[in-house]
Amino acid sequence: MTSVAHDHPHPKMSHADVTRDVVRTLETPSRGYYLALFSAVGMFLVGVATFVMLLKDGLGLAGYAPPVFWSVYITTFVFWVGIGHAGTLISAILFLFRSPWRTAVYRSTEAMTVFAVMTAGLFPIIHIGRQWIFYWLLPYPNQRFLWPNFKSPLIWDVFAISTYLTVSTTFLCVGLIPDIAAVRDKVTGWRRKLYGALSLGWTGADSQWRNYTRGYLYLAALATPLVLSVHSVVSWDFAMSIVPGWHGTIFAPYFVAGAIYSGIGMVLTLVIPLRKVLKIEHMITEYHFDNLAKLTLLTGSILFYAYAMEYFVAWYSSNIFEQTTFWRRAFGPQWWAGWSMIICNAFVSQLLWFKKIRTNLTALFIISIFINVGMWFERYVIIASSLSNDFLPYAWGQLNPTWADWGILIGSFGWFGMYFLLFARTFPVVAIQEIKEMIPMPRRKGGAH
Amino acid sequence: MTKVVSGVLGSFKHEDDAVAAIKGLKEKGFRDLTVYSAAPNHHLEAALDHPVSWVRAFTLIGALTGCAAGFGMTLWMSHDWPLLVGGKPIGAIPPYVVLAFELTILYGAMFTVIGVIVLSALKSLRGRAYRPEFSDDTIGVFVPCAADQRSSVRTFLERTGSEEVSEHGA
Repeated sequence: MTSVAHDHPHPKMSHADVTRDVVRTLETPSRGYYLALFSAVGMFLVGVATFVMLLKDGLGLAGYAPPVFWSVYITTFVFWVGIGHAGTLISAILFLFRSPWRTAVYRSTEAMTVFAVMTAGLFPIIHIGRQWIFYWLLPYPNQRFLWPNFKSPLIWDVFAISTYLTVSTTFLCVGLIPDIAAVRDKVTGWRRKLYGALSLGWTGADSQWRNYTRGYLYLAALATPLVLSVHSVVSWDFAMSIVPGWHGTIFAPYFVAGAIYSGIGMVLTLVIPLRKVLKIEHMITEYHFDNLAKLTLLTGSILFYAYAMEYFVAWYSSNIFEQTTFWRRAFGPQWWAGWSMIICNAFVSQLLWFKKIRTNLTALFIISIFINVGMWFERYVIIASSLSNDFLPYAWGQLNPTWADWGILIGSFGWFGMYFLLFARTFPVVAIQEIKEMIPMPRRKGGAH
Repeated sequence: MTKVVSGVLGSFKHEDDAVAAIKGLKEKGFRDLTVYSAAPNHHLEAALDHPVSWVRAFTLIGALTGCAAGFGMTLWMSHDWPLLVGGKPIGAIPPYVVLAFELTILYGAMFTVIGVIVLSALKSLRGRAYRPEFSDDTIGVFVPCAADQRSSVRTFLERTGSEEVSEHGA
């Protein structure tokens, strides 16, 4: 099998090698794939069963109790929205920066983004309790012809997430068109007909490339501010209130860095086993993981700074409510959650200063699990600790998650995993066209340019 | 049944041969060429010398429409049922900037995709010869021409380095 150099993204392969190796990933999957798919479906069914119980008996099953009415579901919502940020960062922002290492990994991260945002979108609907009137959140007059309150960050969030899901899905689908056409030209029978229909008549003609490359560039340019805005808007769900621990101007950049950090963590968790299962180790190499790890280190260090700054601001503000909140995050009844967040996110990421760790895939995979756990705990700490201990001590309480919280959380991983695995089986997880773009065509005079 | 466009299709394994063929064909007056490649290629683009795509106009119009829709929708709906919230004006511009921004991006992206589809469809490729190998290491050049010109175009393509040449049409 042709291999690519570890220190450079420029693959020493022909165009035909690239198509052949990617088309092979769409053929009969291994037993490992089916095992992963059935596990995901099983987890999803746990979520469905829990949701049915919630519909029947109400949100009380899920540990919703005064004073904490935003609990595990909103925690998990923010977690999944965050996961969805790495995809657009890698596919759009790094595209504009012309980073060559993104080509091998961006398709799987884009797919991850779309499925993560689809997963996140379920949680506000589960959380509102009366799921059948969720459309009242949209600009649609509800009872007595009232419109939604556009001054509320919750409505900003509806617009931000819907826009993000639509634009990310569009970006993914547009990027897939030339690759689906390449697959169409290699397969036979009903698959040729299916991929032929999905390729929308793509032939790689100059008139198509001329409009496509421009359109893709503008989509990337539009997606770039969008990715930065979406988690800023999510952070304003918290920061626009006056709840201690939430009302901070650092929240938007802090959330965006955290989102990218958690997203890359999930990319590592997914792509490290995926490349082995699909036998594409020669396309996604140590070089790509080294760069992903550097990005993780950067965003992890920003998070480290943000955590330190939150504590500093609480101390420097002389505001007793802020100080109490942060004291309780570190030494209160749920200190373990607070320290899990700091250790997994701020400290573990610092291991990535070492190249040996950045290029050791086992170590990276373990670190990625710490990142996933740490980032879930970050959202749990922000939500649970601040709402548990508000301004009035007589109203203090404690969030105690129940089986219904964990059931939906497990179901969300199943729902996400199921879509991701089905995507990896049906569509090219490596961007065929962009890798081909990096492979120079042979020249009769003077070799490759 | 799609009507086959009369012309000659040549396959090139070498980029510089394809570039030379495109330039030569343009000099001979064949302007309506269709060049197939597996990925965008700036040498081919330079030889074809097409103007920049008008997709940008769609993006701009979409983004401006989205921005206007964002402010228009929020201001109109706020005044349609005036309700004082949080002591802010009925039509409060700063919070509506967020919604206008999101719709700017949304409409801009959707119009961009529409632009790519519409502009690509303006030049119909129906009936133009194509080979599956063009999605790999081969560049294809299709030259639409009358039946009596096919043999001279075939000779020219072969002379410029085309590995495989075929004639199409009645």
